[in-house]
Amino acid sequence: MTFQKKYIFAAAAILFGALAPFIINPYELSLLGRFLALSILAMGIMLTWGEAGILSLGQGVFFGLGGYALAMHLKLEGLNLANGDMPDFMVWSGVSALPGFWYPFANPYFSLACVVIVPGAFAAAFSWLVFRRRVGGVYFALITQALALAFSTLLISQQAYTGGFNGLTDYSTMFGIDITTEYAARYIYWITFLFVVAVYFFLRWLLASRYGVMLRATRDGENRVRFLGHDPVPYKVVAFGIAGALAGIGGALFTLHAGVVSPALVGVVPSIEMVVWVAVGGRNILWGAIAGTLLVNFAKDQISSAFPSLWLYGLGALFILAVSFLPAGIAGLFRPGSGEERVMRRILSRRKLSTAE
Amino acid sequence: MNAIPAPILMMENVTVDFDGFKALTDVSLNLTPGDLRILIGPNGAGKSTLCDTIIGRVRPTSGKIIFKDQVITNLPEQEIVRRGICRKFQTPGVLPTLTVFENLLVAGRKNRAWYRSFTTKTPPAETARAEEILTQIGLEDRRNIIAADLAHGEKQWLEIGMVVATDADLLLLDEPTAGMGPTDTQRTAQLILSLLGRHAVLVIDHDMSFVEALNGYVTVLHQGQILAEGTVAEIRADAQVTAVYLGRAEDAEPAHA
Amino acid sequence: MHESAFLLGQVFNGFSVASLFILAALGLALSFGLMRVINMAHGEMLMLGGYLAYMTLQIVPGPLGILVAMPVAFVGAGIVGGFLEFAVIHRLSARPLDTLLATWGVSLVLQQAARNMFGAIGVEVTAPTWLNHTVSIHSGFLSGLDLPDTRIFILIVAAIVLGLIAALLNKTRLGLYVRAVNQDRPTAAAMGVNARLIDLAVFALGTGVAGLAGVILALLGPVTPTVGQSYIVPAFLVVILGGLGSLVGTTIASLIIGLFTALIEIFVDVSVAQVLLLVFVILFIQIRPQGVITVRTRALEG
Repeated sequence: MTFQKKYIFAAAAILFGALAPFIINPYELSLLGRFLALSILAMGIMLTWGEAGILSLGQGVFFGLGGYALAMHLKLEGLNLANGDMPDFMVWSGVSALPGFWYPFANPYFSLACVVIVPGAFAAAFSWLVFRRRVGGVYFALITQALALAFSTLLISQQAYTGGFNGLTDYSTMFGIDITTEYAARYIYWITFLFVVAVYFFLRWLLASRYGVMLRATRDGENRVRFLGHDPVPYKVVAFGIAGALAGIGGALFTLHAGVVSPALVGVVPSIEMVVWVAVGGRNILWGAIAGTLLVNFAKDQISSAFPSLWLYGLGALFILAVSFLPAGIAGLFRPGSGEERVMRRILSRRKLSTAE
Repeated sequence: MNAIPAPILMMENVTVDFDGFKALTDVSLNLTPGDLRILIGPNGAGKSTLCDTIIGRVRPTSGKIIFKDQVITNLPEQEIVRRGICRKFQTPGVLPTLTVFENLLVAGRKNRAWYRSFTTKTPPAETARAEEILTQIGLEDRRNIIAADLAHGEKQWLEIGMVVATDADLLLLDEPTAGMGPTDTQRTAQLILSLLGRHAVLVIDHDMSFVEALNGYVTVLHQGQILAEGTVAEIRADAQVTAVYLGRAEDAEPAHA
Repeated sequence: MHESAFLLGQVFNGFSVASLFILAALGLALSFGLMRVINMAHGEMLMLGGYLAYMTLQIVPGPLGILVAMPVAFVGAGIVGGFLEFAVIHRLSARPLDTLLATWGVSLVLQQAARNMFGAIGVEVTAPTWLNHTVSIHSGFLSGLDLPDTRIFILIVAAIVLGLIAALLNKTRLGLYVRAVNQDRPTAAAMGVNARLIDLAVFALGTGVAGLAGVILALLGPVTPTVGQSYIVPAFLVVILGGLGSLVGTTIASLIIGLFTALIEIFVDVSVAQVLLLVFVILFIQIRPQGVITVRTRALEG
């Protein structure tokens, strides 16, 4: 793409995004809002997987932490806690009093802070424990998958505290405003859109900074970086922490759009599906992560309701085809012969060449 | 040079034992600041292990390593680099998706704290030094190419440039001419000679034409032990060395492995 | 029931779970040692073994059906695994993370295929009568201890398979080649070992063993399209703890995880046990990041 074309496309995308509530119908808008929320998480995957070479099969966990942090507040809003009021599912489960860790979530600002901090800090701490011992690559991917499994089973089994299999749903107001109206839905959409744009430009800056160069250096040769006197661990931990925080933000926004957060959204299968959005869109190109998320999810929406079994075959095929034949994703197709597409092919062919030598 | 300066690196009776296999036995070695040392020896003599031991990839079973009057035997790898020892590996260790210039900038960062990396500005001094090294290694016209696209010899030079960019006082160059033709080999020798004075350099190589072009003080390693030390001419004349190494290398032509 | 009998019962349980983990993880670990790739569709090889057992028993009913099913499942899963290695994994083996994703795609397709062919609910394989007994102890301090035949059977099968694979690796020419490629692929290839064929053979062998494990799973419960998924995550953890491609490491790691799970479940429910298992693995990494068995490497990027 030439210089000018690139900016025309970007401007058109932003303009459409901002005016979408006036262009498409409320149902489509709600889908677009959800998928844009997911694309915030996808940009985080682009950061860790594409730029840092860290494959996480557990992003659903951080997505869930963000979603639940907000949903816990939404379940408490409007309840009179002093009176002993409790969320409906706790009453049904026969809980006698609101568990202590629920109390602070009555405060909306505490909840909003948790949406970012809990998944971000947890992701950073978790990855630090693994990376500091120089465990990475395939091992890390498998450990994150075990994390996704443990997290979703725990959510389901602790019914009385988490809402169990059904998750947290059925909420109506935030800051005293009814969030179920069509009018509110527009504003939630705009907030989501604003986050997408802000995160996009933040990550652009980050990847262009010296940090971004160090991160790619770490991906290219962790030991080489180490023997140049740098400690690679903090660069990786920061990337994973940011991706965790972005997943949390995405989770909270998704919860607002969907009106529900449940274990079905955070387990092993959804976690790995998140990676395929980025694989399809392009793991080294930010807009590719957004485009891939929208594309795969709209396709899923169209196909899975009509032909559920076809969708699973399609999804499986998508995994195989995308990584085998389109390693730089759809976005890579726009830059043939230079940039990411070629770089990816280079990295990917590296090991084969070195064994042939 | 009349007075002999204090050694920059001293290895004292270093032994490395890999589960019963002695890769190095009682090796002692002194390196002079700003000076060149060439380490030769047949395959499996322990040359790479010696480098690994200095930079902390392999820990000695006994003995100690003193760098600038401080014991570094058990420091973490990146700390050893920060004290001023940097190594070039046998297979080129450039960062393939970064440009040539970015490779040098990563190597040349003065303040290596991670939290100082959240900026798009490179200190002018670091940029200037990277440009200087770029010229020294002769890759000015490759500045913005990704390192994966370099020719094999160019990668070797870039990695030497990266090692230089760390501004380490001691550079360990493990087979810098591996896979190079005669012209590139001579160029590499000139490049290494231009580094002396500012850096002490320890070169490992098999190629005798390269060793002769460098013409420095030679240490011969054999079966994990130091067999002989001396100038290139002295080593050439040493009957023992000829027996275990040079003779064989000349019979069986390929010196590269 | 006596306390010590209960405890011993759990230990026995741990061993039989560990036996399943060994069978499930063996192929993963061997191929990981050789190629540094993990086959996410390995769980579906268990599932395949289960369905093959079901189909075999339709054709060969009776007490010996299960003994026929085992070689059938071994060969069947081995062939599918060999094809998978040839068609997908070999092409991607330079990119271990992409191999994870592609084989996950394969796993989705296989699960859906099983759903379309056999239904989502699952099929039952009834254990033959000679496996229907329970060894019970009625006296002494172990009074009340029940050891079901099927669980003893698992232990025996795992021990035999482990013994055969150990013999294969240590006593045969194929095993010699496998160890050579494991240690230094380029050198082994230069010495005339067909590393490509070794990869394929080991992969097929590993998936075959997983198929065998599937037959045993079928004795324990219904075979569903997702039956492999419940065993595969612990099997991955076994690979992490075991160290690179080591038979001994895999066995020890399976025992550690099997016993840990069985004993911790005395105190907490299954979901909390899963969390604690993960915590245990993270702690283990802090102490021994290279796994139970260490392999030295001289490569810069190992």
